Amino acid sequence: MMKRSLHVCNKTRDIISATEKILNFPLTQPDYFHLSELFTIKDLFEARVHLGHKKGCRHRLMEPYLFGSRLDTDIIDLEQTAEHLQRALNFTAHVAYRGGIILFVSRRRQFGHLIETTARECGEYAHTRYWKGGLLTNASIQYSPGVRLPDLILFFSTLNNVFQQHVGIRDAAKMNIPTMGIVDSNCNPSLITYPVPGNDDTPVAMEMYCRLFKMTINRAKDKRRQMELLKGISASV
Amino acid sequence: MAASGCRGVRSILWKYGSCAKNLYVSRSKMVPQLPLRQISVASSLWKKNLAAAGPQKFTQEFIDKQLEEFEVGKRHLANMMGEDPETFTQEDIDRSIAYLFPSGLFEKRARPVMKHPEEIFPKQTAIQWDAEGRPFHFLFYTGKQSYYSLLHDVYEKILAIERHQDKMRNKGLFASDTKQILLTGSRWLLKEEIEENLVENISDQDYLRLIQLMEKLLSMPYCSLEEEFILKFRKQLEVQSSKYQIPALQYDPQGVAFSVADGRRKTAKASITLRDSGSGNITINGRNYLHYFPVLQNREQLMFPLLFVGMMGRFDIEGSVEGSGHSAQAGALRLAISRALLSFVSEGEVEKMRQAGLLTADPRIRERKKPGQEGARKKFTWKKR
Repeated sequence: MMKRSLHVCNKTRDIISATEKILNFPLTQPDYFHLSELFTIKDLFEARVHLGHKKGCRHRLMEPYLFGSRLDTDIIDLEQTAEHLQRALNFTAHVAYRGGIILFVSRRRQFGHLIETTARECGEYAHTRYWKGGLLTNASIQYSPGVRLPDLILFFSTLNNVFQQHVGIRDAAKMNIPTMGIVDSNCNPSLITYPVPGNDDTPVAMEMYCRLFKMTINRAKDKRRQMELLKGISASV
Repeated sequence: MAASGCRGVRSILWKYGSCAKNLYVSRSKMVPQLPLRQISVASSLWKKNLAAAGPQKFTQEFIDKQLEEFEVGKRHLANMMGEDPETFTQEDIDRSIAYLFPSGLFEKRARPVMKHPEEIFPKQTAIQWDAEGRPFHFLFYTGKQSYYSLLHDVYEKILAIERHQDKMRNKGLFASDTKQILLTGSRWLLKEEIEENLVENISDQDYLRLIQLMEKLLSMPYCSLEEEFILKFRKQLEVQSSKYQIPALQYDPQGVAFSVADGRRKTAKASITLRDSGSGNITINGRNYLHYFPVLQNREQLMFPLLFVGMMGRFDIEGSVEGSGHSAQAGALRLAISRALLSFVSEGEVEKMRQAGLLTADPRIRERKKPGQEGARKKFTWKKR
């Protein structure tokens, strides 16, 4: 009797330790998903990510991220961008690996369709429409009581249609939801967890960001499925 | 409560035991110094805010249980009535219940009823996320997932048509006179109809935005590729023939031409048979028109259509009329005679008759009496103070 219960305990303990390993092991590696091979600074340059707005639109808090200005146009420092982008992609990959809900947000009508399509292809969620006030802060009433909020919000443009900071940034900070934001030279990077200084106005740049995030999320999910399969095989063995 | 509090504190201290050995509290010191809490006895605190709870929600298991009970109860009822449980329909159930529980209540909805749970309990929106809490629809967090998903699809189609256009231009086969979608005789679906289709509430601006997008789709030269999709949002209008059809000229066994027509005025309904080769006799409800209409004005009304077309002594009129008063009956008969005359008269004459007002039905009806007034318009005596 005791032996059988001990045997059962051992089996569950093995399963628990396997799950823990799956979840904790990637956190020990700096670049578990090899995301540094997805982009180079040259790619960023060719996608015109370094082009900011004019000197007059510059936000004071963006000055550390700017390389300088040429003919009144602010140039964003791509080395810093690459660093921030790597961090952001890594975080996104880990969130996707652990089955988190990722919400793609942007209020630019030019790229709304692109972002919605990207989100659909990743299997994640998008919100490129008018942001209703209590979406995050009043969720149990706006939706049904047991709703699960996003675990990560990606802002592909932190400004809304009247050039003010998107309400979602403040709400996510209130609800302790980590955010990633592509901050242009006229944006405020303070409340964003993983700011990525870069151009948010050019189609080429946006397509590149969408492609990168889609690839990271797919990679992370595939890796998770792989690990689950391996765990299944080892458990049955 | 206090004991569990102690246990909680001790469990926390156990976890940090290695670093918090100094903080270990002995049992004797575990006497709780919690202040005594006054529990308010105000009844307003016990009353639930019923309005804020919203419509009553039923769990799926509750509804399943109700369904089971309904099925079992149906079989019992069939046995009670001595009928076959297998072929017991809803009508049989209603009949049996009305027999077993006779009710004298006037309000039909207050009487005892036994219906399928689907009809009694309002439909709850299904839970929109899976076991892990991940929503099914990728636009769930917008709040209006079906509406925005529809906009997304329409925009996708616009982009697809633009790509098609570019391809045709590249090949040099671009033609601006392509097949256009027929939109005559149909209208865009109303906001309520779209809300029904989407099972969601949308605002007026949302509706306008959708219509604008559809118009944009229609404005493109190759929109016929998405004809089927667009027609899903158009509703065919019923063809209204406002033109009155001229009654056919019929011939009786003697070869005499006659035509039949109807007319209405207020609540009077008249039916006329106009016989050719007559001598100007007018019979209404079996009586001569002189006896039926003692008032000259009414007889003039009857004569006016014939006088206008100049066929005074040619026809024999046989009519039946009922309802309303003498003036209205005369008016109804006049309209009926004019309509019957249309089959004997030329096109130009028809137009003249229309312009004379002979073929227009008088739309005036009795205006209702309003509360706070003596009649339709008459007010009670106005007192200054």
